[in-house]
Amino acid sequence: MRILIIEDDIEAAAYLAKGLKEAGHHCEHAADGAQGYDMATKGGYDVMIVDRMLPKRDGLSIIESLRGSGDETPVLILSALGEVDDRVTGLRAGGDDYLTKPYAFTELLARIEVMARRRSPGEVETVYRVADLELDRLAHNVKRAGETILLQPREFRLLEYLMKNAGQVVTRTMLLENVWDYHFDPQTNVIDVHISRLRSKIDKDFGPALLHTVRGSGYSLREPD
Amino acid sequence: MSPGSISKTMRTTAFKLSAIYLIIFSIFAIFLIVYISLNTQLLMTRQLNSTIVAEVRGLVEQYRSGGMAGLIKIIEERSRRPGASLYLITDSRGLYVAGNVAALPKWVLDERGAVEQTVTYQRLGENERKDNNAVVSVYEMFGGYRLLVGRDVGEREQFRKVVEQAFIVSAILMIVLAMLAWIFVSRKVLKRIEMITEASGNIMRGQLDERLPVTQAGDEFDRLSESLNTMLSRIEMLMRGLKEVSDNIAHDLKTPLTRLRNRVEVTLSSDQQDVESYRQALEQTLEESEALIRTFDALLRIARVEAKSTQIEKAPLDVGAIAADMAELYEPVAEDEGARLTWKADTGYMINGNRELISQALANLIDNAMKYAVRHAVEQRQETEADGTEPLQPHIHIAVSRKTISNNADKQDSLGLIILTVSDNGQGIAEEDRDRVLQRFVRLDKSRNQPGSGLGLSLVNAVASLHDAKIELGDNEPGLIFSICFPPLDEQ
Repeated sequence: MRILIIEDDIEAAAYLAKGLKEAGHHCEHAADGAQGYDMATKGGYDVMIVDRMLPKRDGLSIIESLRGSGDETPVLILSALGEVDDRVTGLRAGGDDYLTKPYAFTELLARIEVMARRRSPGEVETVYRVADLELDRLAHNVKRAGETILLQPREFRLLEYLMKNAGQVVTRTMLLENVWDYHFDPQTNVIDVHISRLRSKIDKDFGPALLHTVRGSGYSLREPD
Repeated sequence: MSPGSISKTMRTTAFKLSAIYLIIFSIFAIFLIVYISLNTQLLMTRQLNSTIVAEVRGLVEQYRSGGMAGLIKIIEERSRRPGASLYLITDSRGLYVAGNVAALPKWVLDERGAVEQTVTYQRLGENERKDNNAVVSVYEMFGGYRLLVGRDVGEREQFRKVVEQAFIVSAILMIVLAMLAWIFVSRKVLKRIEMITEASGNIMRGQLDERLPVTQAGDEFDRLSESLNTMLSRIEMLMRGLKEVSDNIAHDLKTPLTRLRNRVEVTLSSDQQDVESYRQALEQTLEESEALIRTFDALLRIARVEAKSTQIEKAPLDVGAIAADMAELYEPVAEDEGARLTWKADTGYMINGNRELISQALANLIDNAMKYAVRHAVEQRQETEADGTEPLQPHIHIAVSRKTISNNADKQDSLGLIILTVSDNGQGIAEEDRDRVLQRFVRLDKSRNQPGSGLGLSLVNAVASLHDAKIELGDNEPGLIFSICFPPLDEQ
């Protein structure tokens, strides 16, 4: 992926670029808002990471201008402001996701990968399939190897999100935000418990495991190797 | 009053207002007096003239019927009446024939016809020469005789003098009264203002708990003081919040930061380190920094909620639904811990609030309840193992209900508060400690060695106060009942 990083802290940007390169992405960096906007308008990026507070031009105004001119490149907003309302303003301005500093790099990586893939065109799928696991979004049922699995409504949504992003790493925070719509950090391992319940339903009595724990990051639902 | 204080009072609004009032009132009074006296004089002059004209006409009538002798007789008679008009008949040479006028300027008699004149004359029979003013009318008769009829205008002059005097007296009275009113008002007002100035001076010098004086008068000054006091309380609260945050940062963030730093230092300075121990040190550092970030975030969030930032959006929401969602999120966690989590949360308990914050507050409460219930159960189990009784199962219950207190003066109560309770069967909190646990970083001695930042309940406290909700801690026998009493939506 080609990634544009608009971030005024050179050192932070360098770490970010290094990490993204190691994950196999190509990065370009702009150190202020004006330069960032110029680079962004030239286009060709798969994802943009935009700091909210930038010299010369505010991060949100860059995103608003881009969206105004029809540029739909996914944007991840980075910000030191982490309150619910700040997040809402960020997303209203046209950001696709919002991450509060200081963040874990694995969290950022998981988010931009999910974001970039979400953009890929294609008709809206009504049935998700991963190996022999099948989730029908309209009929609201889940089958593995042809056998119907009964899930609680929330478990269904959890699996739906995992399958929608199959093959990607999703973090605990992403799950909490997208499945439960909470944006705070519960101090307990609530997500892990829900995952292990789901795992016992979809993986335990069947063939190879599909729901994997990715150490230090989160979870990934994917085809067996 | 010293010169300084005089010049000070001259600058006051009270003085300026009094002066303006005095000037406007004086102008109005002068206008009124001038208008009245002019009009009265005019009226009196007109009356005089018509009296004279009527008298002349009557006398001429007499002359025509009774001849000169009859006229003279009447004149003589009338001249003697007290308060008589002026009468004078002269012959063709201008010599006295009859009447009560002793001396008169010569030119007056040359005026022909009934001319209104103001002349200086002397009355017959008055010893001293005294000049009097009169309005006269002269009528020329057959044979060069002239008839003069006039009336003294002294009366009119007297009246003018009375009006003038009245004006002067009332003007003096007005000025004196205005001065008195001004002194009274300005003293009163100045005293109030001085009190306010003094209080605000004290506040500026750092006595932030000082408040502006409020009297029982309920006037504009009281209203001003009251709203300024409200503002001061709010500022003080914000300042205290800020101070607490910085105190807390110093207190509870510096310790882990020191640990972090020491670990890095030790790792770096030690010679015989393999890659694995470096990795281990780094992992610990990462863990510690994550905990630090969490504490920091929690502090900031509490400070923000406590500041009651207006940017925190509130919307109508159902406490029942929030409780059910949160219970459902935590139920597997409780089960994992060997605890039972039950809930009775019907929908339809609407309040105006922020879902995210209430959810987080509830999450903190459940977290706490679970922690204490589980720990208490473990302790109990160790004790009861010996006698073989049924082990205690940790139990957390979440409930939403409406409390109705009919005979309560508090309006909100009478309409029914919406109560969100989280109860557990842990060891509970002793009554004397209940207020304390809501403060930041306060952890009862027994839990000092347990993980947790001590910020959970203070966030709950802040969220409750943001929603104008009251917190009640009760005894579950055994355990704690933690209630948040929200004002219902239709109240707000």
